[in-house]
Amino acid sequence: MAAQTLFEKIWNDHVVRAEPDGTTLLYIDRHLVHEVTSPQAFEGLAVAGRTPRRPGAALAVPDHNVPTTDRRVAIADPISAKQIQTLDDNCKTFGITMFGMNDIRQGVVHVIGPEQGFTLPGMTIVCGDSHTSTHGAFGALAFGIGTSEVEHVLATQCLVQKRPKTMEVRVEGRLSPRCSAKDVILAIIGKIGTAGGTGYVIEYTGSAIRALSMEGRMTLCNMSIEGGARAGMVAPDDTTFAYIKGRPMAPKGALWDQAVTAWRQLVTDPGAKYDAVVELQAETIAPQVTWGTSPGMVTGVDGVVPDPRTMGDEKLRQATERAIEYMALTPGMPIRDIKIDKVFIGSCTNSRIEDLRLAASFAKGKKVAGTVHAMVVPGSGLVKQQAEQEGLDRIFKESGFEWREAGCSMCLAMNADVLQPGERCASTSNRNFEGRQGAGGRTHLVSPAMAVAAAVEGHFVDIRHWS
Amino acid sequence: MDAFTTLTGLVAPLDRLNVDTDQIIPKQFLKTIKRTGLREGLFYDWRRLKDGSQDPAFFLNQPRYQNATILLARDNFGCGSSREHAPWALLDQGFRCVLAPSFADIFYNNCFQNGILPVVLKGSEVQALFEGVTAREGYQLTVDLAAQQVTTPDGTAYHFEIDPFRKDCLYRGLDAIGLTLQHAGRITEYEQRRRTQAPWLFQDVR
Repeated sequence: MAAQTLFEKIWNDHVVRAEPDGTTLLYIDRHLVHEVTSPQAFEGLAVAGRTPRRPGAALAVPDHNVPTTDRRVAIADPISAKQIQTLDDNCKTFGITMFGMNDIRQGVVHVIGPEQGFTLPGMTIVCGDSHTSTHGAFGALAFGIGTSEVEHVLATQCLVQKRPKTMEVRVEGRLSPRCSAKDVILAIIGKIGTAGGTGYVIEYTGSAIRALSMEGRMTLCNMSIEGGARAGMVAPDDTTFAYIKGRPMAPKGALWDQAVTAWRQLVTDPGAKYDAVVELQAETIAPQVTWGTSPGMVTGVDGVVPDPRTMGDEKLRQATERAIEYMALTPGMPIRDIKIDKVFIGSCTNSRIEDLRLAASFAKGKKVAGTVHAMVVPGSGLVKQQAEQEGLDRIFKESGFEWREAGCSMCLAMNADVLQPGERCASTSNRNFEGRQGAGGRTHLVSPAMAVAAAVEGHFVDIRHWS
Repeated sequence: MDAFTTLTGLVAPLDRLNVDTDQIIPKQFLKTIKRTGLREGLFYDWRRLKDGSQDPAFFLNQPRYQNATILLARDNFGCGSSREHAPWALLDQGFRCVLAPSFADIFYNNCFQNGILPVVLKGSEVQALFEGVTAREGYQLTVDLAAQQVTTPDGTAYHFEIDPFRKDCLYRGLDAIGLTLQHAGRITEYEQRRRTQAPWLFQDVR
C-alpha cells in the first residue's frame, strides 16, 4: 500500500461511500452538541419526523451562555435561559446525554470531550463550533460544522464531504523558556495568514510538537481554524495514551489494549506526501501578542505595531489602517507600551489545568495592577475542582484575580462577561475580531503566562525576562 | 431549501478583507432558537456609529443598495465562527448570492445548506466588479448556476467553478439529509464492519 499521511488513514477508515467525483459520505464517530448551534437542528429533525441514528454517539453541554457567577441564582437573561432550557428539553426528547449546568462535569465543550475520554485517536469528531479542531490533538479528525450539518449528523451519523488537502506544519527545536503552545500557534498563523490553511487539514509535526503536553497540543490544534484550516492534528503517541487512560469514557481492559495497538498505526508513513509544507524553528518564536483585529495580525512582544505606509498591497494597507484605528494604537508603537484594562484567562484555547497551574505559578506572590480587572474562568467544573484541590484558586484570589465557574465566558461574551466599549483586554482566548469580547472592546491574544504578567504590570511585558 | 437556478439582481459591495462571521452577525443574535428574523442583526455593529445611530456611509444603509440580492465581497469572506446564523441573516436580508475571490470553508459550506450560492471569481474579476458597482447606481449582475457564469451589464461573462454534487443539490433544492438516508443500508453495513474492527468506537456515551 502506498505511504499515507495520518489524515489519509483516518479519512479512508471513515468512507461509507465515495462518488467518482470524490464526493464522500463520511462516517462520524462522535458528535458534541451545545446550546447555541443545536436548537434549529433539533427543530429540523422534529419537523421532518426524524430521530437521531445513534444518540449514544453524542454528548451535549451548555457552555456559551452559562453564567460564570453563582449557579444557584437563575440566569438573568431570559433569552439565554430559554436557549439552555431548550437544549435540556431536546436532549430529553431525543435521548442524548447532557451534562447540565450544575453537573460538576459541565464545561466548555472542547474541554470536557478530552477530559471524559469521549475524544479518542482515529475518530471523526464534529460539533457545531469551529474550535472542534481542538480534538485533533489526539490524532482524531475533528472539525466544526454548521447547524444544518448538526442535523445531518444527528439523522444519519454521516456527512457529505470533499476530501481536503493536507498541510504539514513542522516545528523543530526547543521553545524558549516560558514560551508555550499558544505562542507557537500564533506564530504559525502570523506566518501562513488567516486564510493560509483554507481547504487544508494541518498535521503538526516536529520535535517541538512532540515535546508538547496534551494540553499544549489542544491549544495548538484549537486555533487551526484561525489559520483557515477546519482541522489540525497531531499523531497520537505515549503522551496521548497516558492522558486518555482511565478516563470515564475511555476503553478499559482488553478493549484498551486493542485500541492502543490500533492507535499506534496512526502515524504518517515515511515517504507520504503532503500538499503543502510549512516549517518553523522553535527557538525563533518569541512570546506573541496580537495587535490587530484578526489573529494573523500578530507579532513578538519585542516588536512594534506595524506601519501601514510600508505595505505595498492596497487592500492589506487599508485593513491594517482600519485595525490600528479600531485598536486605538499608533504605527511604530512598541507592544510593551500597550496598557490594558482587563485580563481574561480562560476559553477552549487556554483553560485546562496545565494552563491554570502555569498562570498561578506566575501570579503567586504578585498583585494585579490597580488599573486592571482580571478574571480566571476554568474550562470545566472538574478543572475548577482540581485547581481548588491544588490551591490554585487561593493564589489567584490573593493576587486579585476573580475565580469563576466554568464556561465560554468572555471569549465571545454571550453571557454577562463582556468588555465595555473602548476597554482593552489581554486574553488567552482565540479571536481578536472587532467586538468579539463586547461591542467596541479591544482584544490582544496572548498565552496564559503573558496574560498574568500583563495583569500585574498593567501593560505587556516579555515573559522571558520577567522576574 | 429553495432551489437556485438563475438570479438577476442588484449588487451591494462590501469592500473589506477577512470579513468574519462575528461581524456578519454578532453574538447577541445567536441566542435565538429560530432560523428566521435575523436581518436585524446583519452587520449590526458596522451599520452603526459609536453613538448608536445608523452610519449613512455603510453600504447597507445607502438607498442605492436597498433590495440587493447579490453581495460582492473580498478575500476570506466568512472566516471565524461556524455560526450558520451568518448565512441565515444574509438570506433574511434578501441575499441569494455572494461573490468573492475566496471564502472560509465552513461559511462556504453553510451557504449551500441554505440556498445561497457562493461564487469564487478571480481577484481581477472581483476588482472589475467593485469598480463597476461603485461607478454606476443600479448595477445588476446575472448569475447562471447551470452555465456557471456571471454576466455584467455590458455582456462580459465570468466563468466560475463549482463542485458538481453541490451544484446539483442547489440547482434542484434537494434535501441533503433525505439524499444521505437513501444510503441507509450502506451506513448500516459500514457500522457492522467497523464494529468488529474497532469496537471501542461503539461504546455509548453515558
